[in-house]
Amino acid sequence: MSLIKKSAVEMAAALEKKEITSVELTQEHLNRISEVDGKVKAFLHIDKDGALNQAKEVDAKRHKGEKLAPLAGVPLALKDVLTQKGIPTTCGSKMLEGWRPPYDSTVVSNLKKNGVVILGKTNMDEFAMGSSTENSAYGPTHNPWDLTRIPGGSGGGSAAALAAFEAPLAIGTDTGGSIRQPAAVTGTVGVKPTYGGVSRYGLVAFSSSLDQAGPCARTVLDTALLHEAIAGYDEKDSTSINAPVPAVVNAAKKLDIKGMKIGVIKELTGEGFQSGVKKRFNESLDLLASAGAEIVEVSCPNFEYGLAAYYLIAPSECSSNLARFDSMRYGLRVGDDGSKSAEEVMNLTREAGFGPEVKRRIILGTYALSSGYYDAYYGSAQKVRTLIKSDYEKAFAKCDVLVSPTAPTTAFKIGDKVDDPIAMYLNDIATIPVNLAGLGSMSLPAGLAEEDGLPVGFQITAPVMKDDLLYQVGAVLEAALLSKWGAPILSKVAL
Amino acid sequence: MSSISRADVAKLAKLARIEMVPEELDHLATQLAQILTAVERVSEVASGDIKPTTHAIEMVNVFRKDEVKPSLSPEEALSGAPAKEEDRFRVPQILGEAE
Repeated sequence: MSLIKKSAVEMAAALEKKEITSVELTQEHLNRISEVDGKVKAFLHIDKDGALNQAKEVDAKRHKGEKLAPLAGVPLALKDVLTQKGIPTTCGSKMLEGWRPPYDSTVVSNLKKNGVVILGKTNMDEFAMGSSTENSAYGPTHNPWDLTRIPGGSGGGSAAALAAFEAPLAIGTDTGGSIRQPAAVTGTVGVKPTYGGVSRYGLVAFSSSLDQAGPCARTVLDTALLHEAIAGYDEKDSTSINAPVPAVVNAAKKLDIKGMKIGVIKELTGEGFQSGVKKRFNESLDLLASAGAEIVEVSCPNFEYGLAAYYLIAPSECSSNLARFDSMRYGLRVGDDGSKSAEEVMNLTREAGFGPEVKRRIILGTYALSSGYYDAYYGSAQKVRTLIKSDYEKAFAKCDVLVSPTAPTTAFKIGDKVDDPIAMYLNDIATIPVNLAGLGSMSLPAGLAEEDGLPVGFQITAPVMKDDLLYQVGAVLEAALLSKWGAPILSKVAL
Repeated sequence: MSSISRADVAKLAKLARIEMVPEELDHLATQLAQILTAVERVSEVASGDIKPTTHAIEMVNVFRKDEVKPSLSPEEALSGAPAKEEDRFRVPQILGEAE
């Protein structure tokens, strides 16, 4: 019987018991990708030979009786914003078409050390800027629940690969919600670890003070195992936290939240949230209360300025970070016919290589950082960041974790918001404050909205380096929902 | 409502080294004005006595020992170069003829 619809934990157990080899498991996933990815378009690149070779190595080690990591031999989909030596890394941009990085990101090194098999690179909004994966230069990814809808973004490819059973594990990155919002709209699990918890070395930078790589999977425990595999101090990232990784796997196995205080953020449950989203959110709250948690209401009054602060800080940092794409050392070069100066070639290359959203953000960031406007825009945004941090500090004085819906709506139709940046940015209203404060946060499925039958995400946020609490609460909610539904939500995906 | 002209966007595009066509400048001018109107409300609460946050988590400068360690070979470093010549990146002319 095929294992592809099982959890990563179940696949790992089958490998351990030698009921299946990693080569067979990898081949099953490659077959599934051939079967459905023409419709889903989750992958930009499939590394068939590389994946099978990695699997063969794990099988050989297992055959020799070597001690292997918990996820050894289990396949994974990697967001195309992380470098993998020799494998195309495009960031969903024409700017990097055909570029093969000469080094592994630390996330990839850690995956390889753990024997995780990397199937290929997943689609994303260009340079991780977007909430729908429609900003990819290589075309959109389609939501496996309804192929006419978006899979969220920027990590829509990774989330769609999980929901379509093309991979049981995936890596995403989250600058303003790019792991959690795709998880929410595809009925999968995604965690943005505490800033500095997972190395950014080899993660192509968008907004360096906000970017964070993290684990994605179909269950809370699978996500925890992947979290442990990729997290930890890295001397190659100067913002990496030099402290032990929170005990996320143990936390996911506790299944006890008696006496925990769960804070509902008042400002993230009202206006602008779809009724079906609110309904599933409230049901989940009741389940957490039945499991013994105390539900309290907290207020974060400055969150209403979060979106505005984010759309100044992130574009500002992006305008600086993306200056590296200058056509001189790697990536695209356009118009170098011998008659043009380096600056002219640079201008032509950046015009041809960047898509509309990336240009929009570079120009906005250039404006916000320019002399005369710096204090009013970038400076004020950084002050709002202080206010949002202080809102969280006050809230965490009253509770252990904070909860809200992950996204205000379920998945919208491809094309609906593509040229309306303000409407598109509103998707991130509940996820962005977390990045501004550097906290850890999880999205897990809370059910399907009654009005459209599409997945709803439940977001849990914990204080800095208390990522274990996300898993402790998430696993309890997941178990309560599963016993209510009788089967995992993703069993309803018809593909 | 913020007002941004085509000339403003053209200047920003020049600073950002992007050769934009006129239609692109016009389209962006309209959108930028809308976005700025939405984001400029940060100034409503950002009073003078609030300390700005650049990084959410306290950061200290990190140093490493000044030691020679293995790194990319010239071949690897040049592997993605659009043009190369004798172990070097080949770039279009940077200074004008007369300079």
